[in-house]
Amino acid sequence: MTTYNLLQNYWWLIMSVLGALLVFLLMVQGGQSMLIHYGKPDKRALLINSMGRKWELTYTTLVTFGGAFFASFPLFYSTSFGGAYWLWMLILFSFVIQAISYEYRSKPGNIYGARFYDTLLLINGIVGPVLLGVAVATMFFGAEFTVTKSNILNVQAATISQWGPSHGLEAIACWKCLLFGFMVFFLARTLASLYFINNIDDDEVNKSQHKLLLVNAAVFVVLFLATVAVILTASGVGYDDSGNVQWVPMKYLKNYLAMWWALVILLLGVVMVLFGIGKTLWKADYRSGIWPAGIGTVLVVMTLFWVMGYNNTAYLPSLLDVQSSLTLRNSSSSEFTLTVMSVVSILVPFVLAYIAYCWYKMDHKKLTSDELNNTDHKY
Amino acid sequence: MEELINVVDWSRAQFALTAIYHWLFVPLTLGLGIIVAVMETIYLKTKSEKWLATTKFWMTIFGVNFAIGVATGIILEFEFGTNWSNYSWFVGDIFGAPLAVEGILAFFMESTFIAVMFFGWKKVSPKFHLAATWLTAIGASLSALWILVANAWMQYPTGCEFNPATMRNEMTSFAAVALSPMAMSKFFHTVLSAWALGGVFVCGVCGWMMLKKRNYEHCQRSLKVGAWVGVIGIVLTMVTGDTSAVTVAKYQPMKLAAMEGLYKGNHEQAIVAFGILNPSKQAFDDQDPYLFDISIPYGLSFLATHDFKAFVPGIEDIINGVSYDSEGNEINTVSYAERMERGRQVQDMLSQYDAAMRSENRVMVDSLKNAINTNFKSFGYAYLEKPEEAIPNVPLTFYTFHFMVTVGGYLLLFLLLALFFVYKPDILNKAKWAKWWYILAIITIPLTYLCSASGWIVAEVGRQPWTIQDLMPNKVAISDLSAGYVQITFWIFAVVFTALLIADIGIICKQISKKSQTDLDTIKD
Repeated sequence: MTTYNLLQNYWWLIMSVLGALLVFLLMVQGGQSMLIHYGKPDKRALLINSMGRKWELTYTTLVTFGGAFFASFPLFYSTSFGGAYWLWMLILFSFVIQAISYEYRSKPGNIYGARFYDTLLLINGIVGPVLLGVAVATMFFGAEFTVTKSNILNVQAATISQWGPSHGLEAIACWKCLLFGFMVFFLARTLASLYFINNIDDDEVNKSQHKLLLVNAAVFVVLFLATVAVILTASGVGYDDSGNVQWVPMKYLKNYLAMWWALVILLLGVVMVLFGIGKTLWKADYRSGIWPAGIGTVLVVMTLFWVMGYNNTAYLPSLLDVQSSLTLRNSSSSEFTLTVMSVVSILVPFVLAYIAYCWYKMDHKKLTSDELNNTDHKY
Repeated sequence: MEELINVVDWSRAQFALTAIYHWLFVPLTLGLGIIVAVMETIYLKTKSEKWLATTKFWMTIFGVNFAIGVATGIILEFEFGTNWSNYSWFVGDIFGAPLAVEGILAFFMESTFIAVMFFGWKKVSPKFHLAATWLTAIGASLSALWILVANAWMQYPTGCEFNPATMRNEMTSFAAVALSPMAMSKFFHTVLSAWALGGVFVCGVCGWMMLKKRNYEHCQRSLKVGAWVGVIGIVLTMVTGDTSAVTVAKYQPMKLAAMEGLYKGNHEQAIVAFGILNPSKQAFDDQDPYLFDISIPYGLSFLATHDFKAFVPGIEDIINGVSYDSEGNEINTVSYAERMERGRQVQDMLSQYDAAMRSENRVMVDSLKNAINTNFKSFGYAYLEKPEEAIPNVPLTFYTFHFMVTVGGYLLLFLLLALFFVYKPDILNKAKWAKWWYILAIITIPLTYLCSASGWIVAEVGRQPWTIQDLMPNKVAISDLSAGYVQITFWIFAVVFTALLIADIGIICKQISKKSQTDLDTIKD
């Protein structure tokens, strides 16, 4: 394997870490989708203020995920974002309305009232995870696009990446993509319950979150099993060293079997998620389920990215022209850029360390109604 | 072709709309971030509860403004992919890197420490809290650094080489990209102008409170920091503005010519201090470009080169490829007609390159690669139908440049006076005209925003029609979308952002009004 190939693989690993952390942090969106269950203003305020101290991390991870994709695999950035226009625009709109809602909802002079901003949070809480899941699902199940780099020499029609006329709406109508999307949504809700149980010190919220956890986790497990079954039986696009590209039946199952370590990590992740959920439901005083479940989620999602892109697999198959499928080899930045970016990536553990430290400092004392009543800054 | 133009226009309109909205909030975040950090430092040093109250007052406004800046920022990053997909591939190898570094180094710093800044007063030590406030402010400036490095690269593409095999530009030197003279002048000019805006904002808000006779001491404390940050900001903005002008003259002479409405250049070129352009003026038509103008002799030669006698080329000179060196000798730079020809030759060679690669003709491949790289700096001109297409919108560039410079000069005067009154408050307190000074301070806030926006209009409109200077015109940079799709999202953005702006202004005004009615001065030390 050449140095260039190693760098491409390394950057796919970075993308898998960022993608996995993003899915874990979608617990903020999952929590927002639960606002519908809370009518009392004080309980609603507890939930919102608990999530309000984390929403920027989710947001930043999404932006960094996009920026890192741009830097490391620019052909994906130009093909998927420009092609699945409506899908990405809907995702972005949902995050725009989230960004202001926390800060504005309880401020006097906010024009539209707290309920309006809570509705925006609810919309983002549902639309965000579902559509992000749909977008990631296209990377398994393919999309209708072609890539012709020489088009850039055509003055009249210079676009190199061309997508089907529905520009991403077809993905929202695809049952497999929707299945993936709703699996992510219920995972986000499950993680949100575990987070609230860990972060909020309030009996009423604690009880209600245990009930919600039971329901959401049950739905999530069913959807997860269905999604895994669909992915493992799906065809993927493989390629060989000489550049031959073709559809391969059950490609992702074959990838798990070929990369046994990914399968082990997948199973470990699943066990950790189930352990976090199970122990929280089983023992009423156990409040740390978010950690095993969160780490498990990160592990599982990373392996999904690995089988999506490693082992000579196209991570965005083209349903129109298999030769146009995006692979780590044909869509990445140059060796020089990947090398420069790899040097920058050395700082990632440092960034993760200060995030963890601040999280610990801010959350080691649980959030209570008393704290909210005695603070200058609340949502 | 008409449809293509529509998509280009709507995509540009959408990007301009989102960028203008974003820039309404970012400069206040940058300026107020520093001001709040300085205030908290004074609080920690003096242990004065009054300084704590003043810090928290401005921190609340910072928070409201920060949120909407974040909301409008996410769209900009992803729009490179959604609306400018060709661009994303053509230069993603270079342009993506600063965006990723911005995410890793700056965004996480901001988002992590802003939570400590707002919610950590009783959870972390005072020193750690102060560090968090500074890191939030520094994170915001670092974020500005990387996005401005990316923007500067579009104005002056450097540190890269075209790879015909991948049909894109590839980075060859990260240092050349990150430390280019364009990037440095743009970063300092932009961030320091935000300090000036932050200072003006504090002066304006305090002006309103003093007009209402509320919290006089709190205002004095605020002004002490705000006026200083503002003065430092505006003075350094002017210094870096001078550097920017020299950089633009060197790398984007067409933009400089448009900024001055200069069609035919001269040695010892005067600068227009005030002027009204002749609206019917076109390049090469021999009409006077100005209906009226007041000029300063030698001004433009000095501004552009720091040499009173230097030749500054006008629009027609640049198109004809004519300039002169300091000795007065004619330098035949490359005319735009010649650049168009060279660009088309590069396109032909690129078509042949693909065939040579397929037939594995190494000699041909190497020869074509060398020829392509030699002429690649004219690549973008191949897409022009005539040389005049490369002239930006002169009136818009001219008027916004002159507005920016005029208001910048006024801001220097205003902020110096504000600082003077901080140390000689009795003069203002006894003056009958004090009320008018406060009103002036309030009016100066929107004026500064317009000045700041004008700077961006000069920078972006002045480089048209290029998405990447000389390499890629807008019409080649876009995504494969219909104009109707982009129109829909444009209007959605327009409605959503306007609604958010109304709410933002409503909240900030209410916060200022409400908090100013609580007695911030009676807090005991």
